[in-house]
Amino acid sequence: MAGDPTASDTPWLDTDAEPMVRVRGVTKKFGDDIIAVNNIDLDIYKGELFCLLGGSGCGKTTLLRMLAGFETPTAGTILIDGADMSTVPPYERPTNMMFQSYALFPHMSVEKNIAFGLKQDKMPGDEIDHKVHEILKLVELQDYKKRKPQQLSGGQRQRVALARALVKEPKLLLLDEPLGALDKKLREQTQFELANIQEQVGITFVVVTHDQEEAMTLSSRIAVMDAGELAQIGTPTEIYEFPESRFVADFIGSANILEGRITENSPDHVRVDTNLGEIYIDHGQSVKENSRVWIAIRPEKIKLSKTAPRKGKSTTNQAEGKVDDIGYLGNTSIYKVRLNDGLIVDVTAPNQVRPKSRSHQITWEDTVYLSWDPSSAMLLQK
Amino acid sequence: MSDTTQDMATQPADSQSSLFRQLARRIQSRWRSIILFVPYAWLLIFFLLPFFIVAKISLAEIVIASPPFSNMIEWTDEGVMNIRLVFDNFIYILTDNLYYRTYLNSLKISIISTIACLLIGYPMAYGIVRSGPVAKRLLLFAVILPFWTSFLLRVYAWMGLLADRGTINNLLISLGIIDEPIRMLYTEFAVYIGIVYTYLPFMILPLYANMERLDNTLNEAAADLGSRPMNTFFKVTLPLTIPGIVAGSLLVFIPATGEYVIPDLLGGGNVLMIGRLLFNEFSANTDWPVASAVAIILLVLLVLPMTIYQYFQGKAAEGQ
Repeated sequence: MAGDPTASDTPWLDTDAEPMVRVRGVTKKFGDDIIAVNNIDLDIYKGELFCLLGGSGCGKTTLLRMLAGFETPTAGTILIDGADMSTVPPYERPTNMMFQSYALFPHMSVEKNIAFGLKQDKMPGDEIDHKVHEILKLVELQDYKKRKPQQLSGGQRQRVALARALVKEPKLLLLDEPLGALDKKLREQTQFELANIQEQVGITFVVVTHDQEEAMTLSSRIAVMDAGELAQIGTPTEIYEFPESRFVADFIGSANILEGRITENSPDHVRVDTNLGEIYIDHGQSVKENSRVWIAIRPEKIKLSKTAPRKGKSTTNQAEGKVDDIGYLGNTSIYKVRLNDGLIVDVTAPNQVRPKSRSHQITWEDTVYLSWDPSSAMLLQK
Repeated sequence: MSDTTQDMATQPADSQSSLFRQLARRIQSRWRSIILFVPYAWLLIFFLLPFFIVAKISLAEIVIASPPFSNMIEWTDEGVMNIRLVFDNFIYILTDNLYYRTYLNSLKISIISTIACLLIGYPMAYGIVRSGPVAKRLLLFAVILPFWTSFLLRVYAWMGLLADRGTINNLLISLGIIDEPIRMLYTEFAVYIGIVYTYLPFMILPLYANMERLDNTLNEAAADLGSRPMNTFFKVTLPLTIPGIVAGSLLVFIPATGEYVIPDLLGGGNVLMIGRLLFNEFSANTDWPVASAVAIILLVLLVLPMTIYQYFQGKAAEGQ
């Protein structure tokens, strides 16, 4: 079921591949002055699990609803599998949606909820029964088919909603905050289940979420949205390790963001002057000398030690400060380190060794030394 | 309570406050029973008791006296209690063709009126639910506005509209659509008009309350699964509004069956309805026992379907 074997794992890099969804210049305005989605271009390829990620009000749900047909774009076109969707009503689109509230029909049993979509296609009864049976097996709800939605737990309802949308085998499955209503533990477990199911059925998924962890775990690619616009599209690794803007660097994970000025710009390295001292980056960047830039360093990429690091060839990529605060999370700890000029830098360190005493190895007001790899600092121009 | 005694044993200084607490609790529990007693007393005094009085009268004989019916319980000189139950009234009503036809006609009129109210009220309620917040408030206000004028006045207004020389006929004649006035007043048609007009709000309001709670994403979900709007209405919206339909229908059907004023004023002598018959027996014939029997049979006719409905409703609720 995993689709045709020749399909590459990274269809977006294949210039000949025909996208499953092609969004071109799509804008959605509510009234005269509310622009929910602003001039978005987007390609989603067959078999992808594509996440639209952003805070509330960033336009991600509006974009999803335009794919489903519940909203009409004010401008621009949406093509699904090559067909223009402008005049196609929701009930004729090759898409199915899993609603945030699940929207299960309260007067129908689990079985009837799932069969509802198939009945609309005038499918013969025994075929419907077979499909419903198969999909219930997939979501492990065989024993619950006679129950009404209100007799199910939140997690079970979520799976019924998924089954109801999946059973029609749409070209495109749209999921609006699919795990939003579940508690944390169940959410983590379901993330992997959802990704597994997607792999099994091979349907293209578009998931809307505000939870960056969810997006990172699930997706083949993520589109980060901000104020109705696309901030960046990329794989989870690209988004995390190579953010293109301060917004993305800050929204995905956490980052220490510093303003700086380019002091040296060579093809194989860059030097930036910041409050954190001189930062050396061991790869070239297309920036102008003396221009204003920003540097983002992930807290986990900074090494923390109580002893001064051996001075290497230079004094770059290191700093000295005092521990201002410690957040103990169990597996890691977050240290807030105050530098001599008052700047506070977040550093996370894994708690690999179980401390012998009940106190931290590094504690409040300790003088600590920060250092990081020449590849760690991310240079941002916006 | 064990906590309290322990408190008292270990901290004698607190014993007084604990006593107050107990006293307060006792008064509170007293209040609870008083509050529960009120609705029961109300039902007992204003519903059950009068019902038994009517039932008792229905089993009596007409006499020329005040009150105009025989006593159920009489004491003989030897101190023996005699109970006289007369079933003649019921036998009379159940065998008399007039009563039979009148009951049937009442049921026919109220059933048709209920269906008409439903057919008019359902789309109205749906429209109100779907309109914007300001329009919604205005429309709801318009639905209950007629209650602010006297019911009797509104029925008289319909007499003026429907009469042979009334507003509607005059208008149609002056427009040249008809030459002769159409007879509307004192027909069954006028009774239908009156009942549907009067009871329509009782259909709209429960339907509105029911539809307002419906989740619009259910409609979107149905459309998403390939259902056209018409199909979505019959498969999703309609089944989910059944509670509203039942509530509204009962609120129209029950009072319409026993309606007296509308058939009397708009139907004249031409429309047989049980409310008019009851009034005739009671005041014109002064036959209280027969009038009471008419009322009891009407009650049974109305309560029976409701009880059956509630029985099945209860079963369905258990099933969920």
